Amino acid sequence: MQAFLLRLRQIRRYPSAVIGIVIIAILVIISIITPFIIPYSDAVAMWRGGETGVQTRPRNAAPVWTNWFNKVDKAATITFESAEGDGERFVEELSADTREIRQVYEFEFPYDTFPPEIILFTHARYAAKQPFVEMLWYTPDGREIRLGDFSPSQSSAFRFDQDRRLQRRLERETDIEGVKPTQGLFDDPAQEGLQVLQGTYRLEVIALLFEPEAEFDSTFVSYGQVHGWAGTDHRRRDLSVALLWGTPLAMAFGLIAALGTTVTTMSIAAIGVWFGGWVDAIIQRLTEVNAILPLLPILIMVGTLYSRSIWTMLGLVVVLSIFGLAIKNYRAIFLQVRELPYIDAARAYGASNMRIIFRYLVPRILPLIIPQIVTLVPSFVFLEASLAVLGLGDPVLPTWGKLINDANRQGALFNGFYYWILEPSALLMIAGLAFAMVGFALDRVFNPKLREI
Amino acid sequence: MAQDALVRDFDFTSDVDVEAIEVSAKKARSHAWIRMARYTALKLVALVFTIAVGVYVTVFIANMGGHVDTIRKAAIREQVTLARYADPQFRQLPSTQRNEIIDQQIALEEKRYGLDKPFFQRSFIYLRDAMTLNLGFSESMSSDSGSRLVKNIILERLPSTLVLFGTANLILFFVALFTGLSLSRRYGTLADKLVLALAPSSAAPGWFYGLFLILIFAGILRWLPFGGMVSAPPPDTRLEYALSLGRHLILPVSAWLIAAIFLTAYNWRTFFLIYSSEDYVEMAKAKGLPDGMIERRYVLRPTLPNIVTSFGLLLITLWTGAIIHETVFNWPGIGRLYFQAIGVFDTPVIVANAVIYAYLLALTVFLLDFIYALVDPRVRVGEGSSR
Repeated sequence: MQAFLLRLRQIRRYPSAVIGIVIIAILVIISIITPFIIPYSDAVAMWRGGETGVQTRPRNAAPVWTNWFNKVDKAATITFESAEGDGERFVEELSADTREIRQVYEFEFPYDTFPPEIILFTHARYAAKQPFVEMLWYTPDGREIRLGDFSPSQSSAFRFDQDRRLQRRLERETDIEGVKPTQGLFDDPAQEGLQVLQGTYRLEVIALLFEPEAEFDSTFVSYGQVHGWAGTDHRRRDLSVALLWGTPLAMAFGLIAALGTTVTTMSIAAIGVWFGGWVDAIIQRLTEVNAILPLLPILIMVGTLYSRSIWTMLGLVVVLSIFGLAIKNYRAIFLQVRELPYIDAARAYGASNMRIIFRYLVPRILPLIIPQIVTLVPSFVFLEASLAVLGLGDPVLPTWGKLINDANRQGALFNGFYYWILEPSALLMIAGLAFAMVGFALDRVFNPKLREI
Repeated sequence: MAQDALVRDFDFTSDVDVEAIEVSAKKARSHAWIRMARYTALKLVALVFTIAVGVYVTVFIANMGGHVDTIRKAAIREQVTLARYADPQFRQLPSTQRNEIIDQQIALEEKRYGLDKPFFQRSFIYLRDAMTLNLGFSESMSSDSGSRLVKNIILERLPSTLVLFGTANLILFFVALFTGLSLSRRYGTLADKLVLALAPSSAAPGWFYGLFLILIFAGILRWLPFGGMVSAPPPDTRLEYALSLGRHLILPVSAWLIAAIFLTAYNWRTFFLIYSSEDYVEMAKAKGLPDGMIERRYVLRPTLPNIVTSFGLLLITLWTGAIIHETVFNWPGIGRLYFQAIGVFDTPVIVANAVIYAYLLALTVFLLDFIYALVDPRVRVGEGSSR
């Protein structure tokens, strides 16, 4: 054990391995933290569109950091929720029954592009008489624009772009035929064509309530062309959920599969070598049969016919790799180990077969196995991604591969949503490279024959 | 000078009966051929057996819980009902009588397909069908020539797959071989260190690099096509067709190479380095043989069996990625067919494809065993022919 740790320390001499270990450590930390930030059930619900009501995220928005690399500052999402105490709120009693609630949302708009969508969601509580809502818009240059009025039901939404009257009003205001309200509201009238007027905007939502018990709340969302640190997809889902949750899933799949396949293969090779004869022969033949069993096609078949759960796939990968080709390598090593004197000693004191195999044979080659396990991890991480890219990803869990699959299906490369493919690919690549680099260094540390060369 | 003496000491030919040697050599050569044939035949028999077991397992998994049976039964019911109802006379019969006739027909059809037999027996029917690629009709897909026989659909796609992966793997083998050799000569130089540093890139499969290649060379630069096998419409003359095929091959083959070349070249360079420190190589160097000859006869020759084995193992793992590779590059091979079959849930095609992949893997194994026999003198001499 002492010698083992000593050797492990030599890994510091390989800078690539140190980088790899740091990356793996970060990934592991993310994997541990993620389930606490976003509990499993929440992640599944968020990813399957379980959220109802107000959607505060835009469609296909790029990550916020893309603005750093662009001259044009794209609009980010601006959200006000009066129920959460956002904005200012003034209440005025007009009569015994009637109240006026004025919600004032004031915000900076320092961007160069118009928001793709603006929606005012309202939530009203009343018994019989519907409230009445009026909206006013104040631009930085002091103009006042009447947005419109409506009588909201329990929950309704005022979509700025779908209001014809507002559009006609803005056409007069901006002198541009067919201007979209989302553009007209932010347009600078002093300049030719559509130009964003940057500055402080104010929205006033004035609600008249006709019952003493009535309540009124509103949520104002000016959707952005950039959103969050990871962006969003075509279904308004925050990609950060999938990127975060993809990490523990990829790590778990890769590590368990690598560990499971290596340990089973090694034990079987040890059993074959120790018992020899027909046991060994059967294991050898099974290995040959197993070699021509097409792993991915069988996984695909099981995925289409039975279950797409990531854990079923994991189990199947391990089962199908029990008689993997690696048996041949381990067998060659075990054949040498079997002849060592300490094995004879064990036999002489009457150790049982199983004791010799699992206490003397297997531990002997553990140092050789460790690089093997680490090197195998990325191939399984990518296997999971491959299945997802084929459309056989886990139906409920968000993974990196599923993001690539979604992006491919929505023509992300063609439509220029590069972030959608690049983010999960970069994570896959980083994770894969980290394990590969560490595995390589471990291989050189534990196999001195390679180190000399 | 001592070396010269040594060489002279070994020079016995003048004192030996040349004719006797030639005769024995001829005998040995014919023996070698018989041995080769026996080795090949044995391997072939073992392989057919292996394929049978492999295909049986594949079919068994496909039919776990009777999925294949259910699908087949449902298909039979639909076919029979539709065929019966197409008959106007039948429609006028009372409903009990109609159901009776349909049930009878279904029972008959099920018996015809052997669905009434116990599972154990049925599984062997499926095995026989699968081995002969007699996999029935697809549920919704059809071949370009309009056939709905699964066999035709698959055989039509097979050549494109073989063209792509045959080309890619041949290039991979030779490029890796020569890179490995030249690196072993330039041990420790910048190029050597570069390949070593790049070796971990093989952690990602080819299709993954394919995404980026498409993004760069097709999406941004527009130099090469996004995917497909030839441009549409297909060129008329043979030469133009070949050129178009070549253009379409560049990206998928490059992606395949990027994913495998650095690790393979690095591994083989290590083989070469180990072998070039053997005593007999030192001896050859001492004799003053030219470097090229040492490399070919003293380093490459003995490493070749190892290299072929390592290449075989590599190919077996790489085949798995072929399905996605074709899907990403829109290559009209069996991998893409597989992807399409998953999309429309065409069970017979999915099962048949799994079987075809088992065959392709087995073929790869056999081909490499054969090449192994060619390059490994132990097989020809008949010593330790069992691996």
